Amino acid sequence: MRLTFAVAGLAAVLTLGPAGCGDPAGTPTARAGEGGVSGTVNVFAAASLTESFTTLGKRFEAAHRGATVTFNFAGSSALATQINQGAPADVFASAAPANMSTVTAAGNAAGTPTTFVRNQLVIAVAKGNPKKIAGLSGLTGPGIKVALCAEAVPCGAAARTALDASGAALTPVTLEQDVRAALAKVKLGEVDAALVYRTDAKASSGDVDAIEFPESAKAVNEYPIVVLRKAANAAGARAFVDYVLSADGRSVLTGAGFQAP
Amino acid sequence: MTRGRVPGALLVPAIGGLIFLVLPLAGLLWRTPWATLPQRLTEPEVVEALKLSLLTASLATLLCLVLGVPLAWMLARVAFPGRRVARALITVPLVLPPVVGGIALLLALGRRGLLGGWLDSTFGVSLPFTTAGVVVAEAFVALPFLVISVEGALRGADTRYEEAAATLGASRWTTFTHVTLPLVAPGIAAGGVLCWARALGEFGATITFAGNYPGITQTMPLAVYQTMESGDLDGAVVLSLILLAVSVTILAALRDRWLAAP
Repeated sequence: MRLTFAVAGLAAVLTLGPAGCGDPAGTPTARAGEGGVSGTVNVFAAASLTESFTTLGKRFEAAHRGATVTFNFAGSSALATQINQGAPADVFASAAPANMSTVTAAGNAAGTPTTFVRNQLVIAVAKGNPKKIAGLSGLTGPGIKVALCAEAVPCGAAARTALDASGAALTPVTLEQDVRAALAKVKLGEVDAALVYRTDAKASSGDVDAIEFPESAKAVNEYPIVVLRKAANAAGARAFVDYVLSADGRSVLTGAGFQAP
Repeated sequence: MTRGRVPGALLVPAIGGLIFLVLPLAGLLWRTPWATLPQRLTEPEVVEALKLSLLTASLATLLCLVLGVPLAWMLARVAFPGRRVARALITVPLVLPPVVGGIALLLALGRRGLLGGWLDSTFGVSLPFTTAGVVVAEAFVALPFLVISVEGALRGADTRYEEAAATLGASRWTTFTHVTLPLVAPGIAAGGVLCWARALGEFGATITFAGNYPGITQTMPLAVYQTMESGDLDGAVVLSLILLAVSVTILAALRDRWLAAP
């Protein structure tokens, strides 16, 4: 902790110049990075945000010396449950409005959530598409094993919407707790296909191919983000959310394959 | 039993330990939605998960008995080379986190696994995502419990009966079936119940290896997890209560062995 302050103080000296030097015994916030952002920001984010938010967290830390961002990536429904049970979270980024509503309805959000990206489903298959799957109807064939997310999780709800829209009577072999678990089953070769987000398939493009299908347009997920009411680091939380919504944040997210809201 | 005043340095942590174990169970009972309980207990999903759990735990126990009793006998009665190594290997799944066991099972018995690839291409048998896969995952985690308790029973048994049978001309097999087995039957029964309880509670290896689908691979612990994750706390509490009731029943069945300490 002492070391953190020393580093933060040094950063302040470098950024504030003579003014910082004149106040060596200032308050911790005054000595921390710009905008009074310091300490740890606990971000609870949907599993599909793993890579892009990790990148954003590193950039945020570089921009705000003295601030640390820690992440809890999981299925949005699990995160919503954890937040409502009192988990120490400052920011919640959900993969669907429904799971965000669970948190806002319980009075645990500070302010109104903002949609920051949109995402849609693809069919993830093994590299080279050995089973020649072309669309949702190709998943119902004999001997084709498919992993879906559980319907409580946004990717599962979106998959249900897309499957209903296509009329494909699909029986999956497993219902996974988050999108990355479903994708892992494809990577392992235990299933032939999984319905995952375009961004997940892109993040694992070395192992899987993404098959686009028209019905996914009917199941586009909007990702809302919000500062939580019980945030221990409200200033840090606000700054992180602002950063996600900034042009810099947007470029990282669209680079990962997310669509602008 | 020693007499005299109980020292506070022992009494206070002892009471603390008791409260520590009992309090969470009290919390479970406190949050139970008693009014809607009968209706929730008969929901098809609950009945389905409970039936699957009882079936798979029983089949896993059967598998463990068939494989585990001979293994325990080998460890206790035959001085074969590498016996110490074998015993050490058997205890590995005991201390291994079950989720690691699940990954290990996938890499061995999955479609692209060490043995699973061959099973799939030769016989068209694939264990992941099947009820048989659940049984395998549960047996993997529960087998060491059975082996260790049966081996303990065999070591504790009086070998003079077996020696007498051998002197009277009985073969090793006859001695095993007619003398050893009846002698350690209570130990095997206790090991079997312990094994069954462990199989019933199995979560990590099951969800990793066998996946999660209602009626096929979704056992009670998986149903508890999924219900909790989806935000249905009442539902999760009801499912937990059922597992608690089953655990208490097992304890009652074993009370002579564990609770009636001298």
